[in-house]
Amino acid sequence: MPQYTLRQPLDPDSVFLPESPSQTAGPYVHIGLALNVAGLPERDHEIANVMAGTNAEGQRIHLRGLVLDGNDIPVDDVLVETWQADANGRYVTDFSFDNAFNSFGRAAPGMGVDQDGWWSFTTLKPGRLPHPDGPEMAPHINLMIFARGINIHLHTRMVFDDEGEANATCPFLSRVPAERRPTLIAKRVEDSENGEPVYEFVIRLQGRDETVFFDF
Amino acid sequence: MAANEHTAFVMRDRNWHPPAYAPGYKTSVARSPRQALMAIQTPSASEISGPDFQRLTLGPYDNDLLNNYREGTERDGLPVGERIQVYGRVIDQFGKPVPHTLVEMWQANAGGRYRHKKDRYAAPLDPNFGGVGRTVTDEGGWYRFRTVKPGPYPWPNDPNSWRPAHIHISVMGPSISTRLITQLYFEGDPLIPHCPIVNTIKDAEAVETLTSRLDMARSRSFDCLVYRFDIVTRGALQTFFENF
Ligand SMILES: [Fe+3]
Repeated sequence: MPQYTLRQPLDPDSVFLPESPSQTAGPYVHIGLALNVAGLPERDHEIANVMAGTNAEGQRIHLRGLVLDGNDIPVDDVLVETWQADANGRYVTDFSFDNAFNSFGRAAPGMGVDQDGWWSFTTLKPGRLPHPDGPEMAPHINLMIFARGINIHLHTRMVFDDEGEANATCPFLSRVPAERRPTLIAKRVEDSENGEPVYEFVIRLQGRDETVFFDF
Repeated sequence: MAANEHTAFVMRDRNWHPPAYAPGYKTSVARSPRQALMAIQTPSASEISGPDFQRLTLGPYDNDLLNNYREGTERDGLPVGERIQVYGRVIDQFGKPVPHTLVEMWQANAGGRYRHKKDRYAAPLDPNFGGVGRTVTDEGGWYRFRTVKPGPYPWPNDPNSWRPAHIHISVMGPSISTRLITQLYFEGDPLIPHCPIVNTIKDAEAVETLTSRLDMARSRSFDCLVYRFDIVTRGALQTFFENF
């Protein structure tokens, strides 16, 4: 069925301003956004890397990740933010520490036990969710990457290697050139934490097997 | 929100923002993608939705850096430095206020030293200053912080590189599409044009938009000087999907 799309400002009479330009988050981003990594005392509530409590509905998983620079050196001062659907494929937009699951999280190496540039999230395996162009998208986690040397944050999207069928029919993934698609696939590893599955995802900022980054 | 109606955002102007690869800022060389960003023409909920932080419980001094590091401790002193207030409005590209959005900030102390495990600069830590703040904009998109003016500091880029005084600012906006981290500079700072990080931005006018202005009318006698800094996030568009 054909689709008609009209884009217009909410108030057509309004002015038009340039967006504030981005600047690097710098090496001390943790002071502001990951206090314990900087060595600062935490406030009552900090947005962090445990997005799913033990009472969250769905499969709890652990995601371990690494960001590598063009020389294959781990970016150990990175800050990673996530945005992902719950087990039913819905975004929890109302962030709260009372929620069993939050769609938004933040992680950095040195948060908890993660060392040598590794960061981690405790979250849920997301459900599939609709795409305006047709079939449902594969389960995925949207990631934002901030660090010293990154002038404007990078957006990428991770899918799971044990979702082969969903990945094969995903209308989003199908637009990514086939040879670069593997850069978006997290691998389930042998290891488990409390009996819960563990996935690993390596992001390459540059070079051979450079991760696909998106503009939207 | 009706099922056939979504908010989308004005495309990001990648020539106005600094490019990923900016060799004057040496760390960007190995940390910049070489492939083109892949454009998503048909955004889904994954791009146009985002977290709402209205239920995030903030402490009473979270936006008051003059007081928030000693809160609940034995210390009773105030930080050293020029007492300032930084305030402004978060608006979108059509001038519409962005209400109830999370604004976070971090900065060095008046001597240019960060309270971070990795900062080894000779300037001393201030026992009464942490350097972190956060707040949520009000109905009109307004925010404010009380703090001290940060000092400039040296950093390893060129043999003699100094950062102008700056405050790192993070804003969420209504969607992950509007997510932005930037830096606030101070009007009249002679280090601004010398800074390799400022100079990753190609357009001098864009740098002007990151320069806060002294607001004498709101400055308070025997209390603090006030700087105004407005933040512009991507413009919200109404997008209608209609099947016919
Ligand atoms: Fe800084």
